[in-house]
Amino acid sequence: MNFYLLTLIKMALTAFVLLTCCAYAVWVERKVLAHIQLRPGPYRVGPHGLLQPLADLIKLLTKEGIVPSYANPFFYLLAPFLAVALALSAIAVIPFTPEFELFGVRTAIGLTDINIGILFLLALSSLGVYGIAIGGWASNNKYSLMGSLRSSAQMVSYELPLAMAIVSPLLLVNTLNLREIVELQSGFYLGFLPKWNLFALPVPQALAFLIFMIAAFAETNRVPFDLPEAESELVAGFHTEYSSMMFASFFMAEYANIITICCVATVLFLGGWHPLWPAQYGSDLVPVVLLAGAGLILLYHAAQAARRRKWDRFTFPVFGVLLLALSPVFLVPMLKPVLIPFFWFVAKAGFLVFVFIWIRGTLPRYRYDQLMRFAWTFLFPLSLANLLVTGLVVALAG
Amino acid sequence: MDVLLFLIFAGIAVGCALNLVLQTHPISSALSLIGVMGSLAVLYLLLGGEFLAAVQLIVYAGAIMVLFVFVIMLLNAGAEKRPSKKVLRTAVALPLLFTLAGVVAYILATQAGRTETVKFGAYVVGPYEIGKALFTTWLLPFEVTSILILIAILGAVVLARKEI
Repeated sequence: MNFYLLTLIKMALTAFVLLTCCAYAVWVERKVLAHIQLRPGPYRVGPHGLLQPLADLIKLLTKEGIVPSYANPFFYLLAPFLAVALALSAIAVIPFTPEFELFGVRTAIGLTDINIGILFLLALSSLGVYGIAIGGWASNNKYSLMGSLRSSAQMVSYELPLAMAIVSPLLLVNTLNLREIVELQSGFYLGFLPKWNLFALPVPQALAFLIFMIAAFAETNRVPFDLPEAESELVAGFHTEYSSMMFASFFMAEYANIITICCVATVLFLGGWHPLWPAQYGSDLVPVVLLAGAGLILLYHAAQAARRRKWDRFTFPVFGVLLLALSPVFLVPMLKPVLIPFFWFVAKAGFLVFVFIWIRGTLPRYRYDQLMRFAWTFLFPLSLANLLVTGLVVALAG
Repeated sequence: MDVLLFLIFAGIAVGCALNLVLQTHPISSALSLIGVMGSLAVLYLLLGGEFLAAVQLIVYAGAIMVLFVFVIMLLNAGAEKRPSKKVLRTAVALPLLFTLAGVVAYILATQAGRTETVKFGAYVVGPYEIGKALFTTWLLPFEVTSILILIAILGAVVLARKEI
């Protein structure tokens, strides 16, 4: 019974954390985009707009959900549910930390650990297209239909290079279980270079990582491949007709997909929870130094706060003291084997999420024929060639 | 637990299959087919064929059916008209249907010859075993099938070219 209770608690926690991360990913995205474009971004709701996600949620909850009279109501309502359910369930197989003992039960942060983890993720991502396709079709609107047609063609095309890019690191680790994949990437070459698949010795998978990330942008419909919702051509693409929480579901699904695919990239290529350099050179101190540094910077700015921003005098010290108080937690010997790996995992996945946002602020959108030509005549042959070379070297080496 | 799950998903599979035939709109039928494939994947999983279950979802539900749905949406196919309902036709067809089902069930039950029931999780077959079987024992049929599919693709391209 202990197992079921623990699983239930973990499910609730994971869902809560993932949904909060989705909401705050929107805030981070708006802030980063704003700073790229030299403007402050959300600033009114809470200190530095920190309560903006909550305000957005209340706004979306209280809006009227409209079903167009000419739409197919069953499929129209099914589509956002499908999109968000598939997007959220993918997080279940991601292993965030190594196993540890908790009240006599061996467990880990991360819900489940299945033999075919990576195939499960591929299956969910290939089913994810239905939410968008059905939603656009059921809206009975030309723009929505164009958006969902583009999206299905794009996602089917980019799934091939994505799968091929996943297969080549799998050849190195020889397992489909995500936890084993991470565990096999432990250790360091020459005492400092991590044995991640990105640098793995017979054939470094840097090219596969690049292909994976490019395909991931297309799979999540992000800039520069966001043609399904190209504002300048299709109003808002497949979710033109959606309002209220149905619209929010599509939005949540998009951000959950981004977070999941960044976690998958971390597991497959960046060594999951393994640190960037060995612990004997002080990689365990990184979270402490980062948190304490951030706290001190906040305290310094609290003293210097501009006169116009009255709230900063109050909120900066509070957050600064909070961060300073949090930093020694990473030094507690009992919590260390959980928190340090978890920190490294979140840091890597978080950096990849930042890259997603960074690219959205930097690159323009592709034209549709360029997108297709790029997938079929460049990315797919390249991923095949990478797979062939990897397979050949692995076969020769052992 | 296993029996319960089997009954639930077998029920869903049959229900979706019936819905596939009864629906008039092609999109509804296509989505019912996806439901059938999804529940079949769960049945494979119950038997222990985890790799097969995942591939069933990735290939059939995730790739082939997306193309089906894509084509239906692109052609903008509307709902079919039902043929007018006649009591006499139904009265003849229903007994015939049940007779057919009964005959098939009888033949299967007598010819299969095995009486023990399938055990859940009896055939745990991972990707390793399947890969080994495909590339050693069944190499020739496997390659011949791939070439057959390649020929089909080339044929489709040639046929489509003529129309341009």
